[in-house]
Amino acid sequence: MTLKRFLAVLGARNREFLRDKSALAWNIIFPVLIVMGFAFAFHTDDNELFKVAVKEIQAQPATAEAFLATEHVSFINIENLDQTIGKVERHQYDMLIDIGTKQYWINETSAKGYMLERLLNSLSPGFSKQLVSGEAVRYVDWLIPGILGMNVMFSSLFGIGYVIVRYRKNGVLKRLKATPLSAFEFLSAQVFSRLWLILLFTILVYIGTDFFIGFRMLGSYATLLLILTLGTLSLISLSLIIAARMASEETANGLLNLVSWPMMLLSGVWFSLEGSPELVRQAAQLLPLTHIIDAARAVMIDGSGLVEISHHLFILGGMTAVFMTIGAYLFRWE
Amino acid sequence: MNPIIDIENLCKSYKEVKAVNGVSFSIPKGICFGLLGPNGAGKTTTVEMLEGIIEPSSGSIHYRGKPIGPEFRNTAGIMFQNTALQEHITVREALRLFADFYPRVRPMEQLIEQCALGEFLDRDTKRLSGGQRQRVLLAIALINDPEIIFLDEPTTGLDPQARRNFWQLVHKIKAERKTLLLTTHYMEEAYELCDEIAIMDNGRIIAQGTPRDLLKSHFQNTVITLPSTNFRNHPACRDQLVSHQANGYADILSDDVDKTIHLLIDAGVPLTQLQVRERTLEDLFLQLTGHNLRA
Repeated sequence: MTLKRFLAVLGARNREFLRDKSALAWNIIFPVLIVMGFAFAFHTDDNELFKVAVKEIQAQPATAEAFLATEHVSFINIENLDQTIGKVERHQYDMLIDIGTKQYWINETSAKGYMLERLLNSLSPGFSKQLVSGEAVRYVDWLIPGILGMNVMFSSLFGIGYVIVRYRKNGVLKRLKATPLSAFEFLSAQVFSRLWLILLFTILVYIGTDFFIGFRMLGSYATLLLILTLGTLSLISLSLIIAARMASEETANGLLNLVSWPMMLLSGVWFSLEGSPELVRQAAQLLPLTHIIDAARAVMIDGSGLVEISHHLFILGGMTAVFMTIGAYLFRWE
Repeated sequence: MNPIIDIENLCKSYKEVKAVNGVSFSIPKGICFGLLGPNGAGKTTTVEMLEGIIEPSSGSIHYRGKPIGPEFRNTAGIMFQNTALQEHITVREALRLFADFYPRVRPMEQLIEQCALGEFLDRDTKRLSGGQRQRVLLAIALINDPEIIFLDEPTTGLDPQARRNFWQLVHKIKAERKTLLLTTHYMEEAYELCDEIAIMDNGRIIAQGTPRDLLKSHFQNTVITLPSTNFRNHPACRDQLVSHQANGYADILSDDVDKTIHLLIDAGVPLTQLQVRERTLEDLFLQLTGHNLRA
């Protein structure tokens, strides 16, 4: 590989992207508009349903049987008590009830928690009260990491996959093949060009959204940047597999949608998957976007550090290595 | 003279179709070699095997006596039949991009002047006319100062003026003693530019030599053309001497033009709109294959 050839392709690709003004505007304006739209639509956080986390739901059902039979309350089975207490602090759950130890937690400032407490004590008395405090996490705080992740996903998949397929279709790749440029030089230039552009635009979207509506960020910016970098690389690599041999933009478009839509729905961009069937939650773990969003939410909402999110980073790194190897192996100029 | 390129029994098959079927030829250094044939004859497939774009099914390709390898790309200049450049870059940027791929490059100013790119150097490559675009693609093919240049149907789709301008550029390259391999289905282009030609049809070479020698070896006669209406009152002449064309003209094949014209005068055939022409490569192709070159 020669640096000169790599930089030449990198520069040309950057110029091509930055001079395409309509695509450029869309990359910045679209995510900001989505966040603002959702922030407006959900600004009252007007969710009528009560959410109760239940630990050891099977332990002694009779103890809380009457309370657990209440209608219009969503009971969600949880495993990790400490993590869930944190969610009660941030109003993500209205109540946490541990059937094994006969305790319950509510936030002292939560009106829903107060209502549920009255209900529990009248229907299934005998549980001891634990009070927690903390500011509510607004829907928009929860949504921002999802939108940033979704933006990274679309820019990575379509920005690389679609462009390579277009180059192949109109003969650009064939012309490059006739030069001493190697496939590795070409592909790495495409990956790095897209990577830094996505990170730049994600930062701009972050700043723009924060300026207009403001949101919660408790963790480290460096950790968040690391998550986004690894996440972008994993998605770009996935896109390289799709674009490795295809010469039809229409088929590529269909395949890219086939990959991106399940991630949109299952990776928790818009709504939490807690309470979803186990199979759905397991399937979501196979998707890179799930790990990007979960790690980003942990950093932004809970203030998690590198250690707490390290498993997400290892998975994203592994996915990048596997996808990149397959994509490079399958790649053909024509 | 030792050939710069030597190909032996080259074949390329796609499933049931044999696109190239046992093609052999050598190209001496410094000449313009033309591959002539109709669309689908196998010209582009042959050239793309030489360029290293397509892997041959069988046969051998030697460059300067050695089997062709990846380093060939440093010494070859290639202009494909259909090539798009990256979008949103100017002509100058496209030239710089390709210049960065090669270890040895021709000075940019020289290239700009040679291919007459000055007036649209800072224009987006998307906004070029057909002729300008072909000149840019030629400049890119020349950027590494190649020893051999492949031009695949370089003037297809150009208007006559742009085509003649392009020929002038090719003449300039020939003057530098570069070796050229040109594919075309325009016989006048082959006649104008090529020192030697090979005519292809159905994946095979059916004739090879200099254009003049090929015409000389296949045709001893000259064509005298007259409007068919001139023979209206001379049915004997019309039936025995001439072949009629759909465009209302009749061709007389003559071994001795003076004698034939005297015969026509003696027979009282009017000579209005008489034309005398030599046989062309198009005639040769028609004779060899039974179908038209642009079919």
